[in-house]
Amino acid sequence: MKIAILSGKGGTGKTFISVNLAHINKDSIYIDCDTEEPNGHLYFKSKREKKIPVNVKIPTCNQDLCDGCLECVNFCRYNALAYANNKWILFDKICHWCGACTIVCPKKALTEIDKSIGYYSHEKVDQTYIRSGFLNPTEVSGIPIIQELLNEDNFKNKANTLNFIDCPPGSSCAVIESVKGADFALLVAEPSTFGSHNLEMVHNLIKLYNIPYGALLNKVTKGENPSYDYCSKNKIPILASIDFDPKLAYINSQGLIAAKEDPRYFKIFENLWESILKEVAK
Amino acid sequence: MKIAIPAEKKDLNSPVCLSFGRAPFYLIYDTSSDSHEFVDNEAMKAQGGAGIKAAQQLVNEKVLFVITFRAGENAAQVLQAGNIKIYKALEKSLIENVQALKENKLEELTEIHAGFHHVE
Repeated sequence: MKIAILSGKGGTGKTFISVNLAHINKDSIYIDCDTEEPNGHLYFKSKREKKIPVNVKIPTCNQDLCDGCLECVNFCRYNALAYANNKWILFDKICHWCGACTIVCPKKALTEIDKSIGYYSHEKVDQTYIRSGFLNPTEVSGIPIIQELLNEDNFKNKANTLNFIDCPPGSSCAVIESVKGADFALLVAEPSTFGSHNLEMVHNLIKLYNIPYGALLNKVTKGENPSYDYCSKNKIPILASIDFDPKLAYINSQGLIAAKEDPRYFKIFENLWESILKEVAK
Repeated sequence: MKIAIPAEKKDLNSPVCLSFGRAPFYLIYDTSSDSHEFVDNEAMKAQGGAGIKAAQQLVNEKVLFVITFRAGENAAQVLQAGNIKIYKALEKSLIENVQALKENKLEELTEIHAGFHHVE
């Protein structure tokens, strides 16, 4: 079973929730798809010894064959190519590796070569399997890395069926790639006007999938709670509500797992997990 | 020789457009005949890489000089590859900028910004 943990913005607690759920479920897999700033591995003290590079295909030009017809330059949807003074120019940070330029070139001057955009790592620490993706700074998209992280053929531990997918923030294509194939989605939101707006964005995304979902309200304080109101209005089950707690902030800042450090939090995550299972079974 | 200037309007007395890659038009001014035309910027509504596409259009137009307030590094790379010199625009009309270049009163643009796109 695959549980995707997502939110409309960063900093709501996706990693905190994912790491703790993985911790309380022995032999589960924690998958960090937030390739731009993966930090779940820090909680597990993962050593990342095995780094498997992820490559994409970018075009290269044989200038002897190129006659400057501009077919490739004009075809590129991303405007990643230019041609000036008999020189073909690739902007590799803008290229989205679609390969169309190599197809449209009438002189067959363009071919594809590998370019590394980052890597992923996997290992088992204590009772948790950890997979993390790392996108090189300045690269345009971590999607190829996310695809590798979610490709079971890359990993031996197939027998294990419980995955916690820590998604990138927002509702972009990288999130869509991470949520694809999930059996349940947990929407993490802060109890503010800003938080409820972001909850709405991610709710609109998840409605497109035919999977059950629920919300988790994090850092809840006394007073108004627009995210709670949003859930009530839209009939989103609230599976847990975690109060704002400076002790929790301290535990997180030390890179510790709350459910491991504090029995109260172990209980909270145990209850959350039971609620998720009930929703999945509905 | 041809000069290109990003333009807000198809009017020689209108100001220089603040953006290079997202300008609606370019004034193409030919000093050999003192003739001019306004061309649509094909890159104005591009999702990304507008500077590259706009610069490519000016390379294709066989422009030798560009007068602009600013240029991103990708646009500048294409313009420079096409041996196009980039000059810093004055806060004056398009035609006054053409005149200023003719009189050698413009400075070359040395500050190339890293772009406003989310990459880098």
